[in-house]
Amino acid sequence: MATELHRQVNYLKGELEKEKVAGESGDAAVRVRSLTRSFDGRAVIDDLQLDIGTGEFVALLGRSGCGKSTLLRVLAGLDREIEGEVLVPRRKAVAFQAPRLMPWKRVWRNVLLGLPGRPGRAVAERALTEVGLGHRVDAWPKTLSGGEAQRASLARALVREPDLLLLDEPFGALDALTRITAQQLVGELWQRRGCAVLLVTHDVEEALLLADRVLVMDGGVIAHQVRVDRDRPRDIADPLLAELRTELLDRLGVKAPEPAVHKVA
Amino acid sequence: MSPVLEPVVPLSARRRPVPRWLRRTTGPLLLLVLWQVSSATGVLPSDILASPGTIAGTASDLLEDGTLPHAMLVSVQRVLIGLVIGGVIGVALALISGLSRLGEDLVDASVQMLRSIPWVGMIPLFIIWMGIGEAPKIALIALGVTFHLYLNVYAGIRGVDAQLIEAGTALGLGRWGLIRHVVLPGALPGAMTGLRYSLATAWLALVFGETINADDGIGFLLNRAREFFQTDVIVVCLIVYAALGLLADFIVRTLERLLLRWRPNFTGK
Repeated sequence: MATELHRQVNYLKGELEKEKVAGESGDAAVRVRSLTRSFDGRAVIDDLQLDIGTGEFVALLGRSGCGKSTLLRVLAGLDREIEGEVLVPRRKAVAFQAPRLMPWKRVWRNVLLGLPGRPGRAVAERALTEVGLGHRVDAWPKTLSGGEAQRASLARALVREPDLLLLDEPFGALDALTRITAQQLVGELWQRRGCAVLLVTHDVEEALLLADRVLVMDGGVIAHQVRVDRDRPRDIADPLLAELRTELLDRLGVKAPEPAVHKVA
Repeated sequence: MSPVLEPVVPLSARRRPVPRWLRRTTGPLLLLVLWQVSSATGVLPSDILASPGTIAGTASDLLEDGTLPHAMLVSVQRVLIGLVIGGVIGVALALISGLSRLGEDLVDASVQMLRSIPWVGMIPLFIIWMGIGEAPKIALIALGVTFHLYLNVYAGIRGVDAQLIEAGTALGLGRWGLIRHVVLPGALPGAMTGLRYSLATAWLALVFGETINADDGIGFLLNRAREFFQTDVIVVCLIVYAALGLLADFIVRTLERLLLRWRPNFTGK
């Protein structure tokens, strides 16, 4: 049922093909070559190349309208009016900015929705416990708080045991305190699961705290990237991160304020 | 100068716990008392409208000799059959035009065109086509029901949040999975609204159908009473119509409560 939906996107199917691709591009979870996506003749993604290794956490930054969400939708198989080569794992999951839970299904049924076979309630309970929502298994989605709904959405993504987890500004709608907790949760889950993650965000600090590699999208391509070689958990006060932050903000067309100026008495 | 302080009175301190059902029955009861008083004092002459007491007596007579239960059974049966036929047709058409573009192009224009014909105006045609038996009455009810259900179910299907459909796709649901888990549950609130309207229409169609050519049922009682100027019987029949309408409304409310539990509704205070 899932395969027929994605005719135009090619997948890594089974070990055999995985090895074939591995021969060319290493241990890849995502491989994009010459991807172009146009809206009414305007190329939002224009000859883009992208590789994500298995288990790699990549954050994708960019100004609004730069095509980062479009790229995520292409990788998710939701946008297939594309040209170029896109290889993504068969098992992938998306968490959107809005949790997008079906309001007419209890939380645990939402988590199991679309899973092949007939998985039992216990599967959902396990996933919900993992995101700290074990007490809301039977709740109706509309009774959840914003943070809880986003956790449920994460559980729904994780229960699919994805090789690639696509996160589309999942913390964007959360309040500042809930966002910190949710970011930590994603970091922990990623370390435990070891799946590749593509996090689309416009929060530079969030990207630096979580990702192995931070990409900046501009002009329809990956215009810039930085590697973040720091052990986790990271501290945003780390001088390296501060330096990278300035660099990235600069790339995004924002002048970072000089922290030293404020210290002058 | 310091401001004048006033206490914020907790809501619980003012609320008298009168059960909801009691509050809901008070209004109609008051109306009834007013009516009885008007009749007793002669403000309302009995040849215009019988008093509630007389009507109650007539009602119990009609109930005892079996006339009323039989008439009710016949009328309710008509409504149910018409509702089922109209419901099946209306929902089927709504699914066809709601779920596929081709279906929409084929069905929707025709339904919208037919909808503009007032269904009451179809009565003469129905009598020519089907005579004066059960068929034209049921057809009239089915017709009224069909359009209400069609419009609301169709709007419900088309109103389903596109983001949820996309989420369903991302979760690996196929076309039928999407219809079953996303589109149809999403269209349910609209369908329930349609059911509410179509029940109201069904009773209206029943009254029209039964008063114009009735050989049985509540409408038959009503017509016969008119010939003998029995205002009490007429009122009994009207009350029965109203009661059945209330019962239908109660059934829909219960259905909504069961099927739409996921909606955090504003219940009022």
